[in-house]
Amino acid sequence: MTFEYAPAPESRASVSIKPKYGHYIGGKFVAGEKHFPTINPATEEVLSSVALGGKKDVDAAVKSAKKALDVHWSKLSGRERGKYLFRIARILQERAREFAVLESLDNGKPIRESRDVDVPLAAAHFFYHAGWADKLEFAGVGTKAKPHGVVGQIIPWNFPLLMLAWKVAPALATGNTVVLKPAETTPLTALLFAEVCEQAGLPAGVVNIVTGDGSTGALIVNHPGINKIAFTGSTEVGKIIAESVASTSKSVTLELGGKAANLVFEDAAIDESVEGIVNGIFFNQGHVCCAGSRLIIQESISDEFIKKLQKRMEKIRVGDPLDKNTDLGAINSRAQLEKIKELSLAGDSEGAERWSPQCSLPDKGFWFAPTIFTGVTQSHRIAREEIFGPVLSVLTFRTPQEGIDKANNTPFGLSAGVWSEKGSKTLWASQKLKAGVIWTNTFNKFDPTSPFGGYKESGWGREGGRHGLTAYLKGVTHE
Amino acid sequence: MSKRIDVKKTYKLFIGGAFPRTESGRTYEVKNSRGVFIANPCLASRKDLKDAVVAARAAHSGWAHATAYNRGQILYRIAEMLEGRRDQFVAEISELTGVTPKKAQDEVEASIDLLVWYAGWTDKISALDGATNPVAGPYFNFTIPESLGVVGFIAPKKSALLGFVAGIAPIITSGNTVIALASESAPLPAMSLAEVIATSDVPAGVVNILTGKSAELAPWFASHMDIDGLDISGLEAKLVAEIKKAGAQNLKRIHSFKEISSPGRILAFMESKTVWHPIGV
Repeated sequence: MTFEYAPAPESRASVSIKPKYGHYIGGKFVAGEKHFPTINPATEEVLSSVALGGKKDVDAAVKSAKKALDVHWSKLSGRERGKYLFRIARILQERAREFAVLESLDNGKPIRESRDVDVPLAAAHFFYHAGWADKLEFAGVGTKAKPHGVVGQIIPWNFPLLMLAWKVAPALATGNTVVLKPAETTPLTALLFAEVCEQAGLPAGVVNIVTGDGSTGALIVNHPGINKIAFTGSTEVGKIIAESVASTSKSVTLELGGKAANLVFEDAAIDESVEGIVNGIFFNQGHVCCAGSRLIIQESISDEFIKKLQKRMEKIRVGDPLDKNTDLGAINSRAQLEKIKELSLAGDSEGAERWSPQCSLPDKGFWFAPTIFTGVTQSHRIAREEIFGPVLSVLTFRTPQEGIDKANNTPFGLSAGVWSEKGSKTLWASQKLKAGVIWTNTFNKFDPTSPFGGYKESGWGREGGRHGLTAYLKGVTHE
Repeated sequence: MSKRIDVKKTYKLFIGGAFPRTESGRTYEVKNSRGVFIANPCLASRKDLKDAVVAARAAHSGWAHATAYNRGQILYRIAEMLEGRRDQFVAEISELTGVTPKKAQDEVEASIDLLVWYAGWTDKISALDGATNPVAGPYFNFTIPESLGVVGFIAPKKSALLGFVAGIAPIITSGNTVIALASESAPLPAMSLAEVIATSDVPAGVVNILTGKSAELAPWFASHMDIDGLDISGLEAKLVAEIKKAGAQNLKRIHSFKEISSPGRILAFMESKTVWHPIGV
């Protein structure tokens, strides 16, 4: 006998979406010229129409940020600056349900995740950085450390509000003002954040939000009035940004792609590891730069492990992001779905074996069933390229050193997972793995106190903790 | 009685612990400050650089995972060896650059002392930059700085010994391996330093030294996909943008420095690694 889950949808009543949005510049919404629709990827319903930022808008936003910096923000004490951040943290907590529902609508992620991960962590990031604002002289940055000035921030669509918080909170805590561009497909929570700034009484122009696409991002990166760039997104775009600022004095931090290894040793706790692998690749539909997209498993336990993993995958509930029982929501956009399909087909044609559980996908919207490929070799595209979807590539190893070598055989180096019940082995593996974040017997954990960022082509710099803070200051002693 | 004829030194490259000639067969003439010929050092090629990268990469894991105490003693050993050959370096520097022996002596002594200073950093930099992070959950979470990997160094034209030591010492302190391009106009002290390094228990491949033209070689340093970082303190200003652009291909960490003694020079070529470990019974 099987039990079916009754639908348990979260109400949309907490959210009110305007039919059209402009840019948030100088403390007010200003009309844009051209607009483009933002849709719910689970239904393809048009949610609103947002402005496509052009040169005039970016100029106005940079000017407004510079004015706010000179006239107001740079004259405030750290203590007073911090109070604004504390207020923002509190308002985000107060309006948490509204943000969670809006995020799931615009992004397609399950409400369980937006409610329990994205929004609480966003509030936590503001609360954490609020406390730094009046303690910068103790942050190990020396007494000469100063804000960069106007910071241009470009964020991705996978964690729209959370990435906003990762960027805006440290920038404001250190005394910078901000021009932020949310991702093309997920602008709505950033625009709602403008209301939070209003409610917090944040001085006009300290945070400016310009919506748009890659062309808007390029205008921000290349604007002479921008002193620092913070970007989260693909390695491809990260390299373009690094090239574009080569002849300038702009400071840059980049948080880019990954192809994380989840390394499972034969002495791992099997059931826990299966849970960890599922969380590692299917959390947020696999739209995670640090997703554990390569399972690298010791050959002796491989067959048993894959069986258990498949059994567990049969229980993953795919569907309505607003349903509280949903595990796997919608793929964020048609373009992303096409990319996932294309790479999965490459997996088939290069000889890996595809498996997905039986699951019915909704007719409308963008969906991809949870998928694993076994028999993957290191040269396969699905072992080398970031798929950014719910697709796991399985490779095997015999000796621990071979496992490490396979894990490190990638130009990326953002994160890695290690599964073993032997403490000395997990620490040994942590030492050998070339990645900025190592999760041992856990995966996809985030915290504002914990620095996050990558080795090699996964980026420049860290976000979170004292290390992340220093990226928003110049003249840091140890620089 | 006839006058004794000097036995002059052939200046070669230093790659993987050996002293090969450049594969290109090219040399260039170095004269002293009075315009008198001194030596024909190698004009290193892109192939020599590639060979050096292979040697540096092979040496990285062993050097990075040597204990900090061990690395510290080896850096100190370089200082000991240099102290023992102080007079040779004083003579070479004053002959090559025309500075007074007193000034040359100051530079050699400062170089020795700088090596001692960095030797003391190997087992302290983690305490300076590492952290335990109080995450909101049952996890032990810590951040430690780790060496970056293979780092290139374009040495400054002037300050042929001190400027050179100020580049390589902080790079290797943390466990990186280095490929250094010596000052084009005054490369000889750097090549003599290779003899010091070769007798200091520095594992082969940890320090590799090339001589040649920075305008020719710097772009190859920048575009090499197996070089992780680049210290361009000695690079001509007009080349900086081009080098940074080429380095973007693999997101090389590219820095230049003004100070010779700074923990920032060590940390610039390190990466922070954060490890999460569950707490529970």
